[in-house]
Amino acid sequence: MSQGQAGAEQRLVTPGMAVGSSAGKRAGSGIIAKENDFIATQLGWLRERNNTVSVDPINAAYMPRSGDLVVAVVAEVRNNLWFMDINGSFQGLLPMSLAPWKVEFGAARQHMDVGNVVLARVQEVDECHNVVLTMKGVGLRRLNQGAVEPVPVQHIDRLRGENNALLQRLRDVCDARIMVGENGRVWIDASLDGIALARKTIRRLVAEGHMTTFDSILSDIESNKKGDA
Amino acid sequence: MMGGYGDVKLLKDDGSRLDGRKVDEMRPVSIQAGVLPAADGSAMVTHGLNVAVAAVYGPMEAHPRKIQRQDRAVIDVRYNMAPFSTSDRIRPGFNRRSREISKVTAESLESVVLVERYPRSKIRVEIEILAAEAGTRCAGITAASVALADAGIPMRDMIVGVASGKIEDTVVLDLDKAEDNYGQADLPVGILPNTGEIAFLQMDGDLSPEEYELAMEYNFKAANEIHEIMVEALQRRYDGGEA
Repeated sequence: MSQGQAGAEQRLVTPGMAVGSSAGKRAGSGIIAKENDFIATQLGWLRERNNTVSVDPINAAYMPRSGDLVVAVVAEVRNNLWFMDINGSFQGLLPMSLAPWKVEFGAARQHMDVGNVVLARVQEVDECHNVVLTMKGVGLRRLNQGAVEPVPVQHIDRLRGENNALLQRLRDVCDARIMVGENGRVWIDASLDGIALARKTIRRLVAEGHMTTFDSILSDIESNKKGDA
Repeated sequence: MMGGYGDVKLLKDDGSRLDGRKVDEMRPVSIQAGVLPAADGSAMVTHGLNVAVAAVYGPMEAHPRKIQRQDRAVIDVRYNMAPFSTSDRIRPGFNRRSREISKVTAESLESVVLVERYPRSKIRVEIEILAAEAGTRCAGITAASVALADAGIPMRDMIVGVASGKIEDTVVLDLDKAEDNYGQADLPVGILPNTGEIAFLQMDGDLSPEEYELAMEYNFKAANEIHEIMVEALQRRYDGGEA
């Protein structure tokens, strides 16, 4: 999804609500087909794009998928692995073989302890929701500074914009390094003012995202900043 | 009121009930979604003098592991009446009645939630009755439905809890406390308003087939009215920009 979302024109649907005929259309996420009708299964904004009807949920839990970039927090440490809180229903598992360091058996805690924040990637998810993470890859590392801001997972795409264009504008306006995890956590590293501005902007997107576009929120922040300067 | 079953006059001479309602009239219902910030989804239902608050947490990993299902989520419902919810203080904690209501509520919610989306998970639903005046299980299940929708849990439909019954050989909708205590029958039902399916049905007392048909007709009519209030509550929370 991109910034071209005009929230005011969208229709809020509730579970069980018939949202139109299924003739010639495909059911996307949050929609089931019943006889000749589409039925919404989640509370959210109805969207139709490329002949596919779907619901942008207002609240949704993070469901990890292979390849997702996540901001994870160490929840438990064992001799040869770490359990990571990935903001989902289940913890992710990071074995020492997929850590970026050479880890001796029993020395996992020397590299990362409970509460440490890392940038990791989902290596594998099976049908029973067992999640394996990896920190082997470009840019995957322990995050030793900055702040983590929670963002509802349904706002992540909106925050990024097409080809990360809006995210880049946010980085520029806040003069910050920002990494967006698919799991609803955004890591921000900047001066205290930069972090505060980035947080304020993201919170505004979460509160007003369905009524306006992130593009207009950013323009507003940019013009305010210019005015202050 | 002290004479017990059969001695109490519950209908006035003009056919109306003691609180002035007609036989097919419901007590006033109001619903508010998102009342508890710490929960993933929540709702408060006021149905007559009943006040029910429901909170939903999850989906989360199911613990203890023995309750996990490899192919679906389990719904863990805890229905509880606050000690101050009735005129006589209720002893805090689970009792046989609350276990029964928790079980029927969980089973009816499992029939609408798309549990197969979340294997090995648990969705925790807490229902707290703050004030009770007959029909708390119906108010609780309505609150739980709105709270599940508010939490973004995928469902085929929302369940509406309604009840009708019989007093003085007359079928009436939505029994109040006196009618529940001294009436002849009570028929609480969980209805899926969009499909017309029934998720749970219990009956206390006796109804003839004709009386049952009339009671269900009242229940369906009330379910549609309550469903509109449920949808309005969710729209009011999010459509007005309070998301």
